[in-house]
Amino acid sequence: MLADVIIVALAEAFRGDGEIFGSGMGTMPMLGARLARSTFEPDLLISDGEAFFVGNELPVGGTDKLVEGWIPFRSVFDTLWGGRRHVIMGASQIDRHGNTNIANIGPWERPKSQLLGVRGGPGNTINHATSFWIPNHTTRVFVEKVDMASGIGYDRARELGEWVVKHHDLRRVVSNLGVLDFVGGTMRLVSTHPGVTVDQVVAATGFALLVDDETSVSRDPSSDEMAAIERLDPRGLRYREVPEPA
Amino acid sequence: MTSPAPRKLRAKSELLVRIDGGAKQARYQQVTGIPRSKVLTEDEAVATLESGMTVGIGGWGSRRKPMSLVRALLRSDVTDLTVVSYGGPDVGLLCAAGKVRKLVYGFVSLDSIPLEPHFRAARQSGSIAECVEYDEGMLQWALYAGSLRLPFLPTRSGLGSGVMDVNPSLKTVRSPYADGEDLLAVPAIRLDAAFVHMNRSDARGNAQYLGPDIYFDDLFLGACETGRRFVSCERVIPTEDLLAEGTFHTLKINRAMVDGVIEAPNGAHFTTCEPDYGRDEAFQKEYVTAAGSPETWAEFVGRYLSGSEADYQEAVRAR
Repeated sequence: MLADVIIVALAEAFRGDGEIFGSGMGTMPMLGARLARSTFEPDLLISDGEAFFVGNELPVGGTDKLVEGWIPFRSVFDTLWGGRRHVIMGASQIDRHGNTNIANIGPWERPKSQLLGVRGGPGNTINHATSFWIPNHTTRVFVEKVDMASGIGYDRARELGEWVVKHHDLRRVVSNLGVLDFVGGTMRLVSTHPGVTVDQVVAATGFALLVDDETSVSRDPSSDEMAAIERLDPRGLRYREVPEPA
Repeated sequence: MTSPAPRKLRAKSELLVRIDGGAKQARYQQVTGIPRSKVLTEDEAVATLESGMTVGIGGWGSRRKPMSLVRALLRSDVTDLTVVSYGGPDVGLLCAAGKVRKLVYGFVSLDSIPLEPHFRAARQSGSIAECVEYDEGMLQWALYAGSLRLPFLPTRSGLGSGVMDVNPSLKTVRSPYADGEDLLAVPAIRLDAAFVHMNRSDARGNAQYLGPDIYFDDLFLGACETGRRFVSCERVIPTEDLLAEGTFHTLKINRAMVDGVIEAPNGAHFTTCEPDYGRDEAFQKEYVTAAGSPETWAEFVGRYLSGSEADYQEAVRAR
């Protein structure tokens, strides 16, 4: 199922991260982080989204927590400013450089649609690895220019100097159509999900996407991974988040 | 600054009153054994505010918000406020009532319902005269700088982002050390009044949070001028009972940080106040639905927000 492929793609974002805070905003990113910890990144720290690190394999929405640490918001900020975190966030807009917007659509002065505000986007993107989950890959989301840069992309990072360039790390973008990353600060198509063509992704992207000859097909979960996904999401919330395409 | 002499005199007389009050207080305490009480009502607290002031509101999103104090503010004629908040329904209600001239925020959200309807409407109609939108960590830094009486604190969070684009008054500062890095100098925020909601407090303002997170409530109190630092709480308890409620780690707010204590059972409603109660999700949904049109909102205000705090609590119970 597409939802399972996507959870694997989200989990893959954390590969190699080791003993840091693997954070996911929303059901799918949370499942990605937890799958990574249950399989190939066993040292990741996973939170309950409230204030605790959980040491056990906690299903999404589960309450039977083995608390292994305390992570109130102040400690989240300390951790992220210290760089020991990788977060998967959402984005209502993203451009080719990885500038993202969760704040508002239309001019900030008087938005057509007010969203959340910048939240932790500026601090996350300048301090540690950030990835994105975008459930609706369209030209309205993958835009030429974001209306408000709540997260900084490679072009903005480059203007800020050496320290920022060294630590700024937009790891990958997972959408409902495929997986993307950044090469030389520009978004590239890494893989398309099964059944999706490269042309479909290109057409749904509002800027010139880098497409090289290495584009692959996003992989299915292994049987171990599938078993872990079932344990982490026994109620099948993922299929509500990502319905199977007709 | 125009008449220094009377200012000095006034300061002196205030000081005398304090000393005299202190001596009387000491005698009273010797005789009665009862320490000075700072307990007052929400309406008495709000009566000390004036229009045009800067008010900081603790909590986070739709979590442990001092809602009974916000409701008292809605009942008052105080307006034209600068509101500083990790915003939730506090910001929404004050926007809906037209009391916000300026808003300083990192986000405004109801958590389980991501977008705050009144805040959205206010932003989209341009009814808030001035907005300062910060990264969440920048807001912490602004309050921390305010509480430490520093003019600013440096950070990288916010640099290069839209926050710099929409707040052109923000400046950077160069590290004086070998790295020479340019950092964002987040200017201190000072508050004229601060509202936070705690689980317990004694009558003198030694306040206690029993939930998972203090959020930045201590910084809101720290950044506020003496005189209007208000803590509402679920229950006012004797000092000797504080450690029966939670470990010493829960005592982050001491009485030197607090000017007034309000006993407000269910005072954070409809936001969370763990472990005393969780969010009233049904009521939050009702709030969001009601915000959908002027008619349904007028009905909501008529039903819940037109009387006293006791009337509010009664209307909530009667659902």
